[in-house]
Amino acid sequence: MTALTEAPAAPTVRKASTRKRLVPYWLLLPGILWLIVFFALPMVYQASTSVQTGSLEKGFQVTWHFQTYWDAFKEYYPQFVRSLLYAGTATLLCLLLGYPLAYLIAFKAGRWRNIVLVLVIAPFFTSFLIRTLAWKTILADGGPVVHALATLHVLDVTNWLGWTEGSRVLATPMAVVCGLTYNFLPFMILPLYTSLERIDSRLHEAAGDLYATPATTFRKVTFPLSMPGVVSGTLLTFIPASGDYVNAELLGSTDQKMVGNVIQSQFLRVLDYPTAAALSFILMAIVLIMVTVYIRRAGTEDLV
Amino acid sequence: MTHLPILKWLRRNLVVIGGLATLAYLILPNVVVMVFSFNKPNGRFNYSWTRFSTDAWKDPCGVADMCGSLSLSLQIAFWATIGATVLGTMIAFALVRYRFRARGAINSLIFLPMAMPEVVMAASLLTLFLNMGAQLGFWTILIAHIMFCLSFVVTAVKARVMSMDPRLEEAARDLYAGPAQTFLRVTLPIASPGIAAGALLAFALSFDDFIITNFNAGSTVTFPMFVWGSAQRGTPVQINVIGTAMFIVAVVVVTAGQFIANRRKNSAKA
Repeated sequence: MTALTEAPAAPTVRKASTRKRLVPYWLLLPGILWLIVFFALPMVYQASTSVQTGSLEKGFQVTWHFQTYWDAFKEYYPQFVRSLLYAGTATLLCLLLGYPLAYLIAFKAGRWRNIVLVLVIAPFFTSFLIRTLAWKTILADGGPVVHALATLHVLDVTNWLGWTEGSRVLATPMAVVCGLTYNFLPFMILPLYTSLERIDSRLHEAAGDLYATPATTFRKVTFPLSMPGVVSGTLLTFIPASGDYVNAELLGSTDQKMVGNVIQSQFLRVLDYPTAAALSFILMAIVLIMVTVYIRRAGTEDLV
Repeated sequence: MTHLPILKWLRRNLVVIGGLATLAYLILPNVVVMVFSFNKPNGRFNYSWTRFSTDAWKDPCGVADMCGSLSLSLQIAFWATIGATVLGTMIAFALVRYRFRARGAINSLIFLPMAMPEVVMAASLLTLFLNMGAQLGFWTILIAHIMFCLSFVVTAVKARVMSMDPRLEEAARDLYAGPAQTFLRVTLPIASPGIAAGALLAFALSFDDFIITNFNAGSTVTFPMFVWGSAQRGTPVQINVIGTAMFIVAVVVVTAGQFIANRRKNSAKA
C-alpha cells in the first residue's frame, strides 16, 4: 500500500516547495477541526461536568467529586449489566441470522443477488422508528406470532428462562432483544457479505478436491477467511446496541430499561448533568475496553 | 435419518432456508408498515387492524406538523450530506495521497466517532452546547449530523481512492493536463462512486438519526422526533404512508444505483 500512496507524489518532489508540503494540512484542516471542536472538545466538557457538583438553580462547579462515578455505577449497575447482556445477545443473534443470508447473497443467489442486496439495504432508508413500532403490531398480545409461539410451547421455554412473561412477548426482554437484533442486522450482514464475496471460489474447489466435506470446508476455509467481516460486523452491531434506548423504550417496560434510557432521562428530564455525564463516561470506557480487547484477540487492526 | 428425502433436501438447502428466513425477518416490518398504511384504526394508535381505507394516502399531510418535520429532516439531511461529503472527501484524499505528521492521531480521531455509542456523543455534544449557551435547533442538529456522518464518508471515499490506479493520473499529466485538469477530468470521475456511496450513506444516516438529534434539537422537531413523540401521543396512519413512500423511493434509488454500477462494470469489461 505504501508504494501506492507515495507514487503520485514522486515526480513532483524535485524541490518540494512549502506550498506543496502544506497541501495535506489544508485538506485535513476543516474536517479535522470539525471533529476536534464537535467530537473531542465535548468529551472534555463532559469529563469536567462529571466531576462537578451543584444544582440547576445555583449552577455547577468543578469540585473533583469523583464519588459521582461510584454512586452512579452503584445505583445503575443493573442497567449496565442489562445493556451489555441485551447487546451481547443481539450481536450473537445477528451473527447467527446474518451469516446464512450473507453466505446466500455471496455464493448462492446467482442472478437474484442484486435483488436480495436491495432488500437488505432498502429498509435502511425507511425510518427505523417506524419499523420498530411495527414490531408492536407483530408481537401484539394475542396476535398470530404470540399465538403461534404459545401453541408451539416456545413461550413455556422462554418463560422458564425469564425472557418472556405469561402469554406476553411485548414489554419483556425478548421483545427488546428482538428489536435490537432486527435494527442492527444490516450492519452485520453487509460487512459479512463484503468479506465472503472476496473469497476466491477456487479455494472451495481446492478444499473439495482434497476430500474436505462441505462442513469441513466451511470450518477450515470459509469461516476463517470471513473473520474480518465477523469482527467488523459484531463491532458495528454491539457498539450501537449497547447505547441504544429506543428499543427498550418502545418495546420494553420499566424492567427492561438500559443504560441509554438512564442517560437520556438524567440528561433531558431529571437534568442531573453530573450523574448523566459520569454514566456516559462509564459506558464509553466499558465499550472502548471491550472493543480494544476484542480487536486485539481477533487480530484485525485495519478496520478503518 | 438422512435417507428420508425431505431431510436430505433440508440439509442440502439449510443455508438457503436460513438466509431466506433472515430476509423475511428483515422485510416483515416493512410489509406491516405498508399494510397498516391502509388501516383505519379505532382510537389514536395504529397497532391493530380495523378495516381497509385509503384515507391516509389521500391526505398524507393531514396530521398537524408532520409534513413540516419531514421537510425539516430533508433539509438537514441535504446540508449535512453536502457538508460531510466535502469535508470527508478532502480528508480521504489527504490520507491516501499525502504524507504528513500525526497520521495515527488523525486516524483515531476519525475512527472513534464510529466506535462510540451514539448516546455518549449525543450527551457530550449537549454539554458543549449548554456550556457555550448555544440556542438548540436547526444549527446544532446540522453541526451534530455533519460530525457523525464525516467518518463514514471518509471510510467510503478512502476505500475507493486507495484502489485507484495512480498510472491514470500520471498518463493525464504526461498528456500535458494541468493539476486542476487532471483532478477534475481524471481523479474526480474515478473517485465518484466512492463519493456517491459516502454521500448516500450520510444522507440516510442524517435523515434517520434519532438519538443525537433527540439530545441536541431543543424544541425543534425532525421527522424521527415526530415519530418518537407520536409513539407516546398516538400514531397517525400517515406515518405509515410516509414510511411506505420512503421504502419505495429507497428501493428505486438503490436499484438504480446498482443498475448504473453494473453497466459501468460491463462497459469496463468490454
